[in-house]
Amino acid sequence: MKPENQELRLIDTAHLIGEVEDYRNKGHRLVNVSCTRAGEEFEISYSFELDLRFENIRIIIPLDADIPSISGIYWGAFIYENEMHDLFGVHVRGMNIDFKGNLIRTTVPYPFRNTSFKGEGPCQDR
Amino acid sequence: MSRQIVMPFGPQHPVLPEPIHLDLVLEDETVVDVIPSIGYVHRGLETLVEKRQFPEYVYIAERTCGICSFIHGMTYCQGIERVMGLEVPERAHYLRTIWSEYSRLHSHLLWLGLFADSMGFENLFMNAWKHREFVLDVMEETTGGRVIQGSCKVGGVRRDIDQETLKKMERDLKGFEKGLKEMANVFLNDDSVASRLRGVGVLSRNDAYVCGAVGPTGRGSGVPIDARMTGYAAYGELDFSPVVEQDGDCYARCAVRVNELFSSIEIIRQSIDRIPGGEIEVKVKGNPDGEYFSRSEQPRGELVHYVKGNGTKYLARSRIRTPTLTNIPPLVKMLQGCELADVPVIVLSIDPCIGCMER
Repeated sequence: MKPENQELRLIDTAHLIGEVEDYRNKGHRLVNVSCTRAGEEFEISYSFELDLRFENIRIIIPLDADIPSISGIYWGAFIYENEMHDLFGVHVRGMNIDFKGNLIRTTVPYPFRNTSFKGEGPCQDR
Repeated sequence: MSRQIVMPFGPQHPVLPEPIHLDLVLEDETVVDVIPSIGYVHRGLETLVEKRQFPEYVYIAERTCGICSFIHGMTYCQGIERVMGLEVPERAHYLRTIWSEYSRLHSHLLWLGLFADSMGFENLFMNAWKHREFVLDVMEETTGGRVIQGSCKVGGVRRDIDQETLKKMERDLKGFEKGLKEMANVFLNDDSVASRLRGVGVLSRNDAYVCGAVGPTGRGSGVPIDARMTGYAAYGELDFSPVVEQDGDCYARCAVRVNELFSSIEIIRQSIDRIPGGEIEVKVKGNPDGEYFSRSEQPRGELVHYVKGNGTKYLARSRIRTPTLTNIPPLVKMLQGCELADVPVIVLSIDPCIGCMER
């Protein structure tokens, strides 16, 4: 197996749009946008690929902060941004298609926002 | 401008094996806009990493999808193995490749049958599923499971395939391939199939790229994206190239899948010829601490399993980006401007796996 080299750069939220535009201009494909709760912050990673080279940029934001949409640059990004809003409650400004919380219909609002289990223990204690 | 009306499509519809809802904005018979919504089968599988130890989570990952479950399990295992720096034995890589390609055959034949059914071509539907039965029998014989295989684990695979069985599999592929050629001839050359699919649901190469189309949806529009080219499992040792069509219509997406059947058979043959002997797993010690975006090529396109470990038995995060999720924006593009009567065929042409997408 050939292990894939993956680059990950941490950037400031203010530079997000500029960085994403750079990737678009260089011909990269948007592969994924993912959100992870890390303590009292969210890590949001944007993944791109060009000629099998896989690169990621990451912003770290407070739980109640909002971020700019990249759907003006990559049209299809709205699916990831709406998903991030519906599951984590991340507010994304300026999405080209804003479902306003109705893309993924969940019983509990923002179900991934709070982690329910921390640490190890028997099943019944979880 | 004609008066616009909104027509609901789904979540229950004869062509949809799984539920997705589309609000179709119509002007007369023409679709001018589409608003998709999902959430009918959201299971929250990603949050189960908080409650299942990382070796156990393979079973959850496999159950993300009932059609390509093996590839989900393998992709998750690959991610954990990379984080932990595990060197998986070569034989395990080849076995993973063989089972992945049988999964692709199974998935494509299932889709081809459903697609024929959506066109009202019942004989072709039954013919495709007859061939699919052969693939499921091989999966059952070699893994013990027809749908959920359970044969992948962190560090390798649970089951080996002995040399005699491998030779038998290779022999049986000849008859299987002969039958597929007859079926493929109908899909690719029959007038009634071509007239239903040619020029329908066209996705341009540029739209495919900007919207993030993957798998046969992207390759049908001339975008040669295939995660197998990254060389994961044993793909780096095998000779193959992505199957690409240029027209971007339903026929092109169908042709990609039909031709990929033969590409998969060739990959299986090469794998059987080249599989080395030796161990099929390594012992796993410790817990994952780090992160990795594990990628693979599912039958529907590129799959990403993001795993993040924190040094405990429980992962901090699992993110599963399935191909159907990223093929929804291209679907919206394909449907804009189409005729209402073409909507079912176009929706099916991306091979939507909603359960997989919702997780």
